[in-house]
Amino acid sequence: MLEIRSVSKTFNPGTPNELQALQAINLTVNDGAFVVIIGTNGSGKSTLLNAVAGSFYVDSGAILLGGADITKWPEHRRAKLIGRVFQNPFSGTAANMSIAENLALAAYRGKPRRLGWPLRQPLLNELRDRVSRLNMGLEDRLKNPIGLLSGGQRQALTLLMATWLRPEVLLLDEHTAALDPKSADQVLAFTDTIIRRDSLTTLMVTHSMQQAANLGDRLIMMHRGRIIKDFQGAEKKRIRKDDLLARFEEVRRAELLDESAAEMLRRAYI
Amino acid sequence: MSLLMGALTLGFIFSLVALGVYISFRIFAFPDITADGSSTLGAALAAMLLVKNVNPVLATASGFAGGFLAGTLTGTLATKFKINGLLAGILVMTGLYSVNLHIMGRSNISVLGSSTLSTYAERVGIALAHDRSFHVMGWEVTAMEASLLVASFLFIVLAGCVMYVFFQTNLGTAMRATGDNHEMIRALGVNDENMIILGLAISNGLIALSGAFIAQYQGFADVQMGIGMVVWGLASVIIGEALVGTRQLGLGIAGAVMGSVLFRLLVAIALRLGLSPNDLKLVTAMFVFLALITPGLLKRLNLLKLRSSRA
Repeated sequence: MLEIRSVSKTFNPGTPNELQALQAINLTVNDGAFVVIIGTNGSGKSTLLNAVAGSFYVDSGAILLGGADITKWPEHRRAKLIGRVFQNPFSGTAANMSIAENLALAAYRGKPRRLGWPLRQPLLNELRDRVSRLNMGLEDRLKNPIGLLSGGQRQALTLLMATWLRPEVLLLDEHTAALDPKSADQVLAFTDTIIRRDSLTTLMVTHSMQQAANLGDRLIMMHRGRIIKDFQGAEKKRIRKDDLLARFEEVRRAELLDESAAEMLRRAYI
Repeated sequence: MSLLMGALTLGFIFSLVALGVYISFRIFAFPDITADGSSTLGAALAAMLLVKNVNPVLATASGFAGGFLAGTLTGTLATKFKINGLLAGILVMTGLYSVNLHIMGRSNISVLGSSTLSTYAERVGIALAHDRSFHVMGWEVTAMEASLLVASFLFIVLAGCVMYVFFQTNLGTAMRATGDNHEMIRALGVNDENMIILGLAISNGLIALSGAFIAQYQGFADVQMGIGMVVWGLASVIIGEALVGTRQLGLGIAGAVMGSVLFRLLVAIALRLGLSPNDLKLVTAMFVFLALITPGLLKRLNLLKLRSSRA
């Protein structure tokens, strides 16, 4: 179970660039839940994922994962509990190393790295087996540098790496946004399969309303560092792409009204 | 012949520098210039201990340990204190200059009177050859030169193999991945800062080890001897990459060694042809500069050709 308790984060405090990226966020994600997060640009959805992953420390609040308080854990220590796939397909793999070496690195996620030999026969067999299930023909190219592969292939492998050892929570940060539509669909289908098969607790950020409507069993809408909507259960199942677009339009209008009202007040009184 | 053998021996000894530079510049993409100081540190430590009649193996190992510590320091400054990598190297290198003077007590010391790894090798060579010199293809070769050449060759082969195996272990692959993509390796639970520190420690350990060997080979340690070491190492690595044409691990290591030997041979030839030793560092620096910009120039040239052929 993942628990986020009134977590706040402000970037560049005290400067003109100050940004209240997260404002007292509360979120409890049950084991096996697949939560999709959407929001406007700069709403804090990626920041929320990074706060869980430990890319930075939060200003206040606490983050609990799998019964442990990980608020003060450094990123590499949290990695023991967390699987991550980044937006940039280049971020999740080491380009100059072979497919097998990359996967082997993931097979030791969170374990101490000593002088043992990573690519032993049992692991190699398992690599071949799991990679062949991607149906990308990569199982015969395990010795090739991963940098030679396409973005979609690399992202599929990153997903395989993130879930090689079962993570307490899987964090997907717009992981299909940088791919062409066909690869994106392929990676997305694989994502859904793996999450269902292993019933992984998942937080997935996406820009695509279509994905948000179709995937997951809970949907969270963020805006300006807050969670403004939380659809669960039957409500989430009913929701369609157009409903989401309408919601966003609502938010945008409220915003416009606020802005123009504020401007009017400023003009009148300053 | 003696010139050739000397160049080869130096090439093998200096290939430890090339291997060290390969680790910092190529595996970690970290511009570590601690090498200029750690190389002298290795020589100074070994020479000081040899003068005190310490066992040569132990003295040489101390040289390695000194470099290891220097690298640890640079790595710590760069990661834990977030100092720019180049600056961290400059700070440690500058500080080491005084440390080296303190270790030696003066600006240079001779180890000619002490028993060193060189005298060990010489003794073994004479015992095997049953003579102080012998002939190879009509050339007279002293047992000392031959044994030093063979010993340095064997050692560098061993060092290269150990390095090749090490960088394929769990720890070694994690280190390579750190240099390749630190975001990814952190997400896989590795403390990338510690990997960088360990990598620089090993790199500078190897470079200091070469300094310790050089001191015993030439018979003295001098506080200035490390100047230009980084550029020499880089030149060797670049020549090696041109020779093997790849950055793949095993070939890269072999290439660095071959590059170092070839570089030393070129230097010996250039000096023989009348290049002033004073100009050596300038020529080397210009060579590295050219090697660094050539790929970019070629690319631009190809682009221009492509454009003109289309037009």
